[in-house]
Amino acid sequence: MAGLQSQDFARISATTFRPPDVRHDFEVAKLIDVSKCIGCKACQAACLEWNNLREEVGINRGVYDNPHDLTPNSWTLMRFTEWENPESGNLEWLIRKDGCMHCADPGCLKACPAPGAIVQYNNGIVDFISENCIGCGYCVKGCPFNIPRISQTDHKAYKCTLCSDRVSVGQAPACAKACPTGAIVFGTKQAMLDYAQTRLTDLKSRGFKNAGIYDPPGVGGTHVMYVLHHADRPQLYANLPENPRISQVVELWKGLTKYAGMAAVGFAAAFAFVHATIARRNDVSRAEDREAEHLIDEEAARGRQT
Amino acid sequence: MAVRREEERTTVDRYSGRVRVNHWVTAISLILLAISGAALFHPSLFFMASLFGSGSNTRMLHPWIGCVLLASFAILFVQMVRYNFWTKADSHWMRHIGDVMSGNEENLPEVGKYNGGQKIIFWLMTLLILVLFATGIVIWYEYFGTTFTIEQQRFGHILHALAAIAMLLVVIVHIYAAFYVRGTINAMTEGKVTGGWAFRHHRLWLRREAREGVIDERQTPPRRLGPKAPAE
Repeated sequence: MAGLQSQDFARISATTFRPPDVRHDFEVAKLIDVSKCIGCKACQAACLEWNNLREEVGINRGVYDNPHDLTPNSWTLMRFTEWENPESGNLEWLIRKDGCMHCADPGCLKACPAPGAIVQYNNGIVDFISENCIGCGYCVKGCPFNIPRISQTDHKAYKCTLCSDRVSVGQAPACAKACPTGAIVFGTKQAMLDYAQTRLTDLKSRGFKNAGIYDPPGVGGTHVMYVLHHADRPQLYANLPENPRISQVVELWKGLTKYAGMAAVGFAAAFAFVHATIARRNDVSRAEDREAEHLIDEEAARGRQT
Repeated sequence: MAVRREEERTTVDRYSGRVRVNHWVTAISLILLAISGAALFHPSLFFMASLFGSGSNTRMLHPWIGCVLLASFAILFVQMVRYNFWTKADSHWMRHIGDVMSGNEENLPEVGKYNGGQKIIFWLMTLLILVLFATGIVIWYEYFGTTFTIEQQRFGHILHALAAIAMLLVVIVHIYAAFYVRGTINAMTEGKVTGGWAFRHHRLWLRREAREGVIDERQTPPRRLGPKAPAE
């Protein structure tokens, strides 16, 4: 974080106090125009270079995806899908640049138990603060897009930062800077939505009647958006979820369970306290001590007979 | 296990040293699990993670303490299960739990080594520890992060949280009952209870123990000094 500071936090994981409220920024967004992507992977290389990451040399499994999945070192990944369009009979090569979507309502942040390990800046970027991360993997369960990856060596969670360090000093993310076709553009969210409209007009004029913007409302919208030629079928693009939202199980776990559980345990402790204070003392009387002696003598005698 | 006539009182052996060590290993594990688990459960309890050094340490240690708990409770289960099978008298006792809570145990049926409430706690702990262990494995990200699907892990988390809350309630009942019924804690600290305690709370058990025989640990009373025997 070169420039974004604690005063830019809009949300902080696992904290009950209100974050600082003095700064209000424009919401930013990255727009990935899938229809313009040529699959060159310059964005992947730029990401590794700017963030000073090294990916292991992998193996070829007969597909273009390299590496095969997001990793703690690869925060963005081109996912290649070959699809035969039944309407036109054309083979379409759908290439989606996968990575953190920077949700307005981030599931990772909701699930995170470590105070300040995940923050959302008031420009919309969701960032992992490594020094506070405890490596529990809860963010993995919170995320509706299966993005965070936990390193097996340092037990920290990693994902795209939207180059928050570059954005904070007025630069576009490294991937946007490197893209040779202009498929990745960056600006305020409103500017990106406006620009996307011009792309939709163009795509529709060329026969892609279902072209549309992917800015899913189930997570409050995202700060990484796609222009899709088949926006009616986002699953075509390497299983991009049609209506992503934070899992109901996670919502229940982090919502009702948290409060009901605390209340139940508190109530039980309070009941014990009140009972201890007012109930008749359950203690052995002298008479019972004496009766015990008689009973022991009786039973011992019976024991000797048998 | 025996009834002992001591100098000032009569005691009944209740727990051997082996059972006591096991019980306290289980108890300490449970308390450490409750603290570390609560730290990861609710943000306002996260400060308790510092007892373990840091949040990362808490995340790393919690599952291992769970393994210790499972092992020590498994031994405790073997040591205690034969006294914990349900009988009709236990159902009768449970219907009169209100009398116990208000300190009027006089009209209840005689109780063996454990009463109905204790047996319920035993079986609930057994069940909950199994659920907590199974779900704990599913959410142990360091070793099983890729063994189970993300959806399975989500269910693992909520079940683990619910079982942990139930476990805390059971533990509160267990600790409070041991405190409320005076003289009970000695059973797990010294291994024995007084004759009066056994008579009041576990009379059937006292009968059986007494029938096994009574050990007299009183020193033989000093011989009365009579007139000196005439020298021969």
